[in-house]
Amino acid sequence: MTIRGFKNHPYIPNSNLEVQQEMLRELGLESLNDLHVEIPEELKLKKALNLPKAFESEYELKRSINKIMNKNISSNEYINFLGAGCWQHYVPAVCDEINSRAEFLTGYAGEPYNDHGRFQTLFEYESLVAELLDMDVVNVPTFDWAQAAATSLRMASRITRRSEALVVGTICPDRLMIIQNYCDPGVEIKLINFNKETGRMDLEDLKKNISNNTAAVYFENPSYLGFLEDQGEEISKITHDRGAILVVGVDPSSLGVLAPPSHYGADIICGDLQPLGMHMNYGGNQSGFISTKDEERFVMEFPSRLFGIAPTIKEGEYGFGDIAYERTSFGNLRERGKEYVGTQTALLGITAGVYLSLMGPKGMYELGENIVQKSLYAIEELSKLKGVKGSRFNNIGFKEFVVDFNDTGKTVEEINGKLLFKGILGGKDLSEEFPELGQCALYCVTEIHLKEDIDNLVKAIREIIE
Amino acid sequence: MKRIVRNSKVRDFHQARWNEPIIFELSRKGERGVLVPKAEADIVKQVGDGLSKIPSKMRRNGLPNLPEINQKRVLMHYLRLSQETLGGDVNIEIGQGTCTVKYNPKINDKIANTEKMTALHPLQDKSTVQGILEIIYKTDLMMREISGMNYFSFQPGGGSQATMSMASIVRMYHRLRGEEDKRDEIITTVYSHPSDAAAPALKGYKIITIMTDENGQPDYEAFKAAVSERTAAFVVANPEDTGIFNPRIKEFTDLITKAGGLNCYDQANANGLFGIARAKEAGFHMCYFNLHKSFGTPHGCGGPGSGALGVIEELRDYLPKPLVEFDGDKYFLDYDLKNSIGKVKSFQGSPQVVLKAYAWIMSLGAEGLYEVAKIASLNNIYLIKKLLEYKGLTVPYKVDTQRIEQARYTMEEITKDTGITSGDLARRVMDFGMHIWSSHHPYYIPEPLTLEPTETPSKDDLDEYIKTIHHIFDEAYENPEIIHNAPHNSTIHQVDETSLDDSEKWCPTWRVYLRKTKED
Repeated sequence: MTIRGFKNHPYIPNSNLEVQQEMLRELGLESLNDLHVEIPEELKLKKALNLPKAFESEYELKRSINKIMNKNISSNEYINFLGAGCWQHYVPAVCDEINSRAEFLTGYAGEPYNDHGRFQTLFEYESLVAELLDMDVVNVPTFDWAQAAATSLRMASRITRRSEALVVGTICPDRLMIIQNYCDPGVEIKLINFNKETGRMDLEDLKKNISNNTAAVYFENPSYLGFLEDQGEEISKITHDRGAILVVGVDPSSLGVLAPPSHYGADIICGDLQPLGMHMNYGGNQSGFISTKDEERFVMEFPSRLFGIAPTIKEGEYGFGDIAYERTSFGNLRERGKEYVGTQTALLGITAGVYLSLMGPKGMYELGENIVQKSLYAIEELSKLKGVKGSRFNNIGFKEFVVDFNDTGKTVEEINGKLLFKGILGGKDLSEEFPELGQCALYCVTEIHLKEDIDNLVKAIREIIE
Repeated sequence: MKRIVRNSKVRDFHQARWNEPIIFELSRKGERGVLVPKAEADIVKQVGDGLSKIPSKMRRNGLPNLPEINQKRVLMHYLRLSQETLGGDVNIEIGQGTCTVKYNPKINDKIANTEKMTALHPLQDKSTVQGILEIIYKTDLMMREISGMNYFSFQPGGGSQATMSMASIVRMYHRLRGEEDKRDEIITTVYSHPSDAAAPALKGYKIITIMTDENGQPDYEAFKAAVSERTAAFVVANPEDTGIFNPRIKEFTDLITKAGGLNCYDQANANGLFGIARAKEAGFHMCYFNLHKSFGTPHGCGGPGSGALGVIEELRDYLPKPLVEFDGDKYFLDYDLKNSIGKVKSFQGSPQVVLKAYAWIMSLGAEGLYEVAKIASLNNIYLIKKLLEYKGLTVPYKVDTQRIEQARYTMEEITKDTGITSGDLARRVMDFGMHIWSSHHPYYIPEPLTLEPTETPSKDDLDEYIKTIHHIFDEAYENPEIIHNAPHNSTIHQVDETSLDDSEKWCPTWRVYLRKTKED
């Protein structure tokens, strides 16, 4: 029985029968059936796969898929106030131009010569993010913030030879789930209480829980719920007094105006690059970074690749290479390497480098200032609505804030349903993740929001609740 | 005019060499790369600068030390660096065996680069994302048919994360059976991907690595001896890095199943098996496909990719949450997976990659997938035969065992004759606009070359590649100096790597470089 192939397919040059015959002849084979002879008959499929029929032209393919995708309503068609780990920022055109370059898009694992550009751009991304964080070492990016946090905790566990991590109670539950799975078994995750009024970490609870088995303490700035954790120095002291490592997650888009965690004692910083020039892509453009000081005990625990600069035999020429490659699972160690490394999100690292090169210090400052002002404005305006508290927490934040609808008598689900009808994507409903907050929603305001967008939101909510 | 004679045997090539500065060196005070929106005057009037409301200890003291560069110079810098990157689109990409670097159709990128994809927020109301959910769901259905598995999760962002997810499912499976402590071993094979050993090790397993027999197949007797009541799972690629298919795979998986373990199939590279053989019939309980390998989505210099993870019916509830489901009317996210390992990646993984894979499958159909597997194999067998015409190059284990879609070669004999190593060859081949990667470590096969043509190259491309490799072998015998000093026509000259493993000297960032190389 012969299964039919697809001849003269544009993606398969040698599906051309004439060439095929010529090649088979040279190999002394009669037909394509003489290939795959090492696969036992009982494992071989006897008939063709039952798949939808292929489109017969590129045009029909495009037409059909566009038809499906056009059922989506993009955030650009509505006004979007969703954040919660994926944020809508403006993506400069040059970012798109660079990351859609075929050379980068279809590059992979070339050597420091034929892929000099890949090495240099990733080295530059590492160096630019290092400046933003005021830290020394940054990895070739991993999957997302959650993965970066999970690996940071595992690194801390290996460095301290301890097996427990204390994690801030306001962490995003999805992020927590990823960390828990990744750290299981080996590092037990314990949540630390937070103050219900300010959202800040409950330092008494931290002191109660920290022990000689605590590898790391982890919190975020801004927190998942938007507010700032301003007890960094105190948390750092409590952590370091016990010989544990302080890991802080950070939104890099805040660092034009906010102090980087290295300034209040972080040993390892992690976070997501998505705000730095990445489209949202339905959550598909998250990208995690991990950063430490340039100390061997930290550097040797990275599972990721670290591209370093090095001289070449020619004076005046920059070269690059892998720093301490042998620690990775790509080295000779396999399962004895640090965690594992593989395809993660390199192209997004390159893009983040382009973004930071374009923005410069002033751009990052203005971005931060704008976001703080817009958020404050949105909070003030929302607070004018009857029964609405623009910010549930009595504490300033960055980019996101928890809007409290409890006194409106309406659920967030109800409000969001009606907002949708008005072309607005309301903030994330927190009633399931944080039931103790009741009917609250996490709103996100960035530089893409004009005053009129915020005013429209306020007007729409007024109409809904009044 | 005279006819221009073009009879050079190998390509006269020179890659772009721009000698670009490091981005920081381009900085000129006051230059701007892009302008950022500012808050409207009315807002400023109402809330002030905003920043003074932030506690001073939380405010940044001074600006970050980022460069200040005009837009054209930033663009020029990165375009030049792109030219110094030899992506799959510009070279005959055969030298990254196991990575399945095939053609990534442009139309798929175009489809994925519209705002109907790029501007979707992952938490949008389901009624506004029915299109992308439909794509994910339909891709799931097609993956089921291609593999024989029953459900797919597209959450893992790459093959290694998919392997970690499989190992997580293994752990949860035995935990819920009360056998977690007893079953503490995972078996893999020496020519499976390093992550097949490393990711299960992360999940706390003791790794048993099965070596090969004289045929290059995992040693069945050693395997049999390794399987016990302590076995949690078997994680394996087939064909392996060598391109050799283990024909007794069903006996292997049966042993594991009988012993109460789970069989996990690393099908990151499934390129030689589409429409030929599937995970299900070979006795696997789980498998994953790298969409950025087998399914033609771009590698992106190393991601974002997708490791589509498939499981049999009984393991559905262990998958990461949520799954995309269809109720006959609309698509929705099903979080109700009672044994779920939780989550492995944020949101729904990399949906834009799934979309491109969907487009790829829909441009080929069952007949096209079959053609892919056949031609990937034909190209490979052709490449092997032609390359081995050079004395001294061989494929280890039995030469006449037909490889599937890739092969690991050894040039050990040529090295013995000439001193030229596979690493030297890798540096020289760049002078002809081609690429050979260093193969997975450790080197059980000395002086390895791992080559995988995929279905992408034409016969002419294959012939050019073969000629070039043979040409360099000739050089090894006749003019080894030219190889020792290679590359000559690449972006840069040989890197002095001595600092890279020395913590006193290594420079992972520009600031560290400036510090460590400061002249007194």
